Amino acid sequence: MANNYLTTESKKLATWYFTFAAIIFGAQLLFGLVAATQYVMPGFLFEIVDFSVARMIHINALIVWMVFAMMGSVYWLLPDETGIETVGIGLGKLLYWVFVAAIVVVVLVYLLVQVGPADQTTIWFINEGREYLEAPRWADIGIVVVVLGFIYNLYATGMKGNRSGIITVLMADMLAFAGIYLAGMGYTDNISVDQYWWWWVIHLWVEATWEVFVGSIAAYGLITMIGAHRKVVEMWLWIEVAMLFGSGILGIGHHYFWIGTPEYWWEIGALFSALEPLPLVAMFIHVLYDWGKQQGAQEAQGKEVSVITNKPAFTWFVLQAFGNFLGAGVWGFFHTFPQVNLYTHGTQFTSAHGHLAFFGAYATILIGMFYLAVQGKNGIKVMHATKKSIWATSMIFGGVLGMTVALTLAGYVQVLVSRAQMGATWAGYFDGQAGIWFAQGMDWRLVMGVVTFIGFIILIQDLLSIGKAAHHER
Amino acid sequence: MAKKSVWSDNRFWQRSAGWITGFAAMLLIWLTFDTIPQIMMGSDSDIQNGVTKRVPSPTVINYKITYEMDTKRGHEIPVIGGANAEGTSSFQEKELFFGRDDWSEEEAAELLNLGKLGSQAKNCMNCHTLLGNGAYYAPDLTKSWLDPAWGPEGSMQAMTGKDTKEEAMAEFLINPSQYPTHARMMPNLGITAAEAKGLVAFLKHMSSIDTNGFPRNFGKIKGAVHGK
Repeated sequence: MANNYLTTESKKLATWYFTFAAIIFGAQLLFGLVAATQYVMPGFLFEIVDFSVARMIHINALIVWMVFAMMGSVYWLLPDETGIETVGIGLGKLLYWVFVAAIVVVVLVYLLVQVGPADQTTIWFINEGREYLEAPRWADIGIVVVVLGFIYNLYATGMKGNRSGIITVLMADMLAFAGIYLAGMGYTDNISVDQYWWWWVIHLWVEATWEVFVGSIAAYGLITMIGAHRKVVEMWLWIEVAMLFGSGILGIGHHYFWIGTPEYWWEIGALFSALEPLPLVAMFIHVLYDWGKQQGAQEAQGKEVSVITNKPAFTWFVLQAFGNFLGAGVWGFFHTFPQVNLYTHGTQFTSAHGHLAFFGAYATILIGMFYLAVQGKNGIKVMHATKKSIWATSMIFGGVLGMTVALTLAGYVQVLVSRAQMGATWAGYFDGQAGIWFAQGMDWRLVMGVVTFIGFIILIQDLLSIGKAAHHER
Repeated sequence: MAKKSVWSDNRFWQRSAGWITGFAAMLLIWLTFDTIPQIMMGSDSDIQNGVTKRVPSPTVINYKITYEMDTKRGHEIPVIGGANAEGTSSFQEKELFFGRDDWSEEEAAELLNLGKLGSQAKNCMNCHTLLGNGAYYAPDLTKSWLDPAWGPEGSMQAMTGKDTKEEAMAEFLINPSQYPTHARMMPNLGITAAEAKGLVAFLKHMSSIDTNGFPRNFGKIKGAVHGK
């Protein structure tokens, strides 16, 4: 493919990252479908690709595609923000291939070897068996090396070029993002200590550093797509950082209710995690407010055209602001108090929240970045939506929302039957699973999963073809 | 002209973000220094001296474990070796585990370590939940040791044809698809007899962890569905 319009190596590298991210995104959905099918037809691929394997690939692919797209996003915006070519771009390219190769090997081992004997060689070479952090130890070390290189590029470029507010936030945030990963690399025979540090990675990623990351990306998007004022956007970004870290860091307490940790985490977790939706509301309002403000200013000058320079990307950015609030904020708040969480913890409720939060907060804005890259690559001034972009957006967003509602209803059955009525035993668990609402919830989840997957196929077609459409302003 | 307000000053918000983040991070680190010692694994001498730990010594496998309501705390707690006058662990009543109730600290720790490694190597957490965390395709294992289904009158023990809880659980783990309970089955994961023993020790130990009353009413309600 021609890269005519990309003048910086950093942006070219970003498109590599986005391309691999999109492929892994597809793998995530595919293995999600396998796992969803197994809820409905338990014999499906039994002892070939068991639920544990499909689910492991589903959630690992999720993390990996997002990390790839996040790194791609940084390489994309670096030249715009700093005004210079990214320092150490050669290193960036080398590390890209190292990372891709490592991921391919890890996934092949997951699929072909699956499990190992109960010793350290399995932990080092097959999988660590800890949800989200299954990657074997050798890959952990590889990831640390790759991310260190990435951080070096970001810091070197930020210090040499113009260090904007957005870049400053990203520099601090990405360092924390990388550093926290180290907390999840150890082994201990004490499962309480194990899960304590495990949550440092998972929680401090998705409810703190990743949120700040998307805040920065949203800030960049508002400046580039609707011409929002940098001063306003960056002031909001700092306020968001204060609110997100102020609530999110100690919000980790809501994971320490039941893992053996002391009771005071009830109060700390309840208080701070109840505050976590606030910055998400603020971010949603901020995006809409800036949009209205820019549009209004333009219309006051008598220009009755949209201020948006990339319709599909901006749609995804707005959906992010809303989806983050709904999925992470509202669905998270549902079960964040210990009194409720005692019954909802470890049910499909969590799964409903997980789906809408990961999608709403992260998938949306990263898909938006894909569209920004397509625009830049094709040298388009104002990019309009196509029929395909509208179908893809509607089907993916509708599909994930549908899955979330289905899983929430299934979660209710589990909470009432398995937990409240039956006291969480093996028999109680299966009584809940046999509930008609639960079974129907799982059917609908699969249907909505298929809708999401078809939407994804259309999305890929659109990303590959929209740049060539004739109705854009070039 | 009015003076420029501090509330619209980016530097002010940048500094605020720095201070708030720093404060939250320091508080988390401080709480971590308080929490980690409280969840370090206890020793056998704790048990001998009647000291209750949130995560007790691996030698709890030598004792009978139950899950009883603690009226003071308002939720259930694991009771090790029978209850004392206050309703907490008395560490008196022993229980055979694979025919022995004299597992030494080293032996028990080795067994527990094998089980913990096994739980990771076999990827238990991507179907089951452990301490409520993991996947939701199979039952929670937090207190599975205390599940009446594995007890002397339980259906699972009867199905495996074994005489004790631990042997029944081990037998199931070695040949799970031989003992289907529902259309959804546990796959064969190549678990050896030694690994199964370790895994059962890991499960028994996990049931003795003080989880602040999670899960509620575990194993207390029999057939509450349909009003029975």
